[in-house]
Amino acid sequence: MRIDVNAFLGAYPFRRVPGTSPDAVIRAMDRVGIDQAWASHLPGLFWRDPTEGNAWLYQTASREPRLRAVPAIHPGLSGWERVLAEAVAGGTPAVRCDPTFYAIDPAGAAMRQLVGACGEAGKLLVLAVRLEDARQRHLNDAAPELPAAAVRTLIRSHPAARLLITHAHRGFVEEVHFGSTPPEAARLWWDLSWIWGPPEDDLATLLSTVGPDRFVFGTGQPLRLPEASVAKLDLLDLGPDQRVLIERGNVESAVG
Amino acid sequence: MLIDVHAHFYTDRSARPDWRERNASRLAAGDRVGITIHVASILGTWGRTSPTYFPSPADLTHANDALRVLEREHPNRIRGYVAVNPNFGAHAEREIRRGIAAGMIGIKLAASRRADDPLLDGIAELAQEHEVPILHHIWQHRRGDVAGQEASDGIELGRLAGRHPRVSFILAHIAGGGDWLHSLHAVRELPNVFVDLSGSGVDGGMLEACLDAVGVGRLLWGCDLTIDTGWAKLRYLEHLLSPADRSRVEWKNAAGIFPADAFPAD
Repeated sequence: MRIDVNAFLGAYPFRRVPGTSPDAVIRAMDRVGIDQAWASHLPGLFWRDPTEGNAWLYQTASREPRLRAVPAIHPGLSGWERVLAEAVAGGTPAVRCDPTFYAIDPAGAAMRQLVGACGEAGKLLVLAVRLEDARQRHLNDAAPELPAAAVRTLIRSHPAARLLITHAHRGFVEEVHFGSTPPEAARLWWDLSWIWGPPEDDLATLLSTVGPDRFVFGTGQPLRLPEASVAKLDLLDLGPDQRVLIERGNVESAVG
Repeated sequence: MLIDVHAHFYTDRSARPDWRERNASRLAAGDRVGITIHVASILGTWGRTSPTYFPSPADLTHANDALRVLEREHPNRIRGYVAVNPNFGAHAEREIRRGIAAGMIGIKLAASRRADDPLLDGIAELAQEHEVPILHHIWQHRRGDVAGQEASDGIELGRLAGRHPRVSFILAHIAGGGDWLHSLHAVRELPNVFVDLSGSGVDGGMLEACLDAVGVGRLLWGCDLTIDTGWAKLRYLEHLLSPADRSRVEWKNAAGIFPADAFPAD
C-alpha cells in the first residue's frame, strides 16, 4: 500500500493545472499506483479564510474513500479551536496550516498555540515549505517560503507537537533535523517530493544520515507529476522493509 | 534508445570533493532508467578556479579535455558538447575546432554572454560549419540580472536563432526553474529551436504545454541535475504520446540534429 501525504484538490490560482478534480486525482493515483492520498483544498490556501474550503473537502472525501481530508486551520482567526475539534471528530489523519500563505508569523504565538493544541489532540500538523519553485512563481504570488527556523521553533514549542513538513529540500531537512534534539527530531516527518535523487543523491544521503524512519511518500500532485516521487524510490537501493516504511509505515506511526 | 541531451560530469579540478561519486551515480542511474547515451558538458571547474557561468579559457580547455577522456572511457555511453566562453572568441573557436575534430558532437553555451549579443554569431557560424547543435543555458523568463550569470531567456535565444536559421539550438532545461510558459511562447514559431525537457521541475501541465507550443517534433528528453525527474517525465509521456511519438522525444529528434554518426545505429 502506498500513501501520498501531499496531494491537493481544486484549481491553482497562478497557472493552469490540469487534473485538479477529485476524479482526475484518482486517475493519477491509479496511473502511478497510489492507494490513498491525503488531500487538501488548494484554492482555500489563498483565501482569507482557508477553512471555507474544508466543507467541500469533507464532502468529497466522504464520497471517495481513497481520499482522506486534510483540512486547513488558520490560527489567526477566532474559532480555530472549533475547526480542530471538527477535524479530530471527523477522524482526519492530519490538519494543515500554511502560515506564510495566510500572511501570519510562521513561528508566532498563534502558530505555537495551534501546534500545542494539535499535539494535545494527537493530531499531526502538515506545513508546506513551498508549492512551486521560487523562480517560476507568478509575480503576484509573493508569500515567502516557510523558514527552517520556524519549524525548529514550532517543534520545540510543545513536547507533544508532531509536524509533517512537505516540499522541503535536503538543506532544509538537515538544518532542522540536526538543529533539533533527538526527541524533537523524532516528532518530525518529511515528505520526499522536493528531495533530489541521482546523481546528486540527496534522498539517498538523507536516508543514511537522518534515517529512513523520518521520511514519508508525498507527491505534491496535481501541481507536480506524481511519477517523480515514485521514480525517486525506484532509483534507490531500498530493501522491501525500508520501502514499506516510506510508502506507508512511517506515516502510520506519525498518525498514531 | 534513449538519449539524454543535457548531462554534466565533474573532474578532479571541480569544486566538489565528491566528483567521482556524482559521475558514477549518473552512469548507474542512467543504466537503471535505460539511458543509452549521455550527451554531456563540463562547465570548467564548476567554480573552483573560475565561475561556473564565466569559466576561464584554461578551465574550459581542461574541462573539454576531461570530457573527451570520459568519452574514451565510456565510448558507448558518453558524448560531449564543447563548452566555450564567447568572451574569448579565439579560444572558443580553437576549442570548437579541436573538440569537433576529436569527436565531440555539439557546442555548449552557458551564461557568459547574453544570447542575442553579436559576439555569439561567430559561435553560431562555427556550429553551422560543423553541422552541430548549440545547447544554450536558459533562465526561463529573465526578469533582471541573475546573480553569477549573464543569463538569457527564450526571447534572447530566439533572436540568435532567428539570425542563424540553419543552426539547431537547444533551449536548455525548460523545467530548470523560471517561467517555462514564457519560454514556450518565445520559441513557438522558431523551427530551429528545440526544447530540452530537463530540470528538476515536474510541474503538472508543463509537458502538455510543451507539446502544444512546439509539437512532438521539437522536444528532446534530458535530465540535467536530476535523473529522477527526467524519468518521471519519461513515464508521464507514456500516457500522452503514442510509442512512435515517444521515440521521437526519446532519441529520434536528437538524432536528427546531432551529426549523423553521433549515436549508435538503431
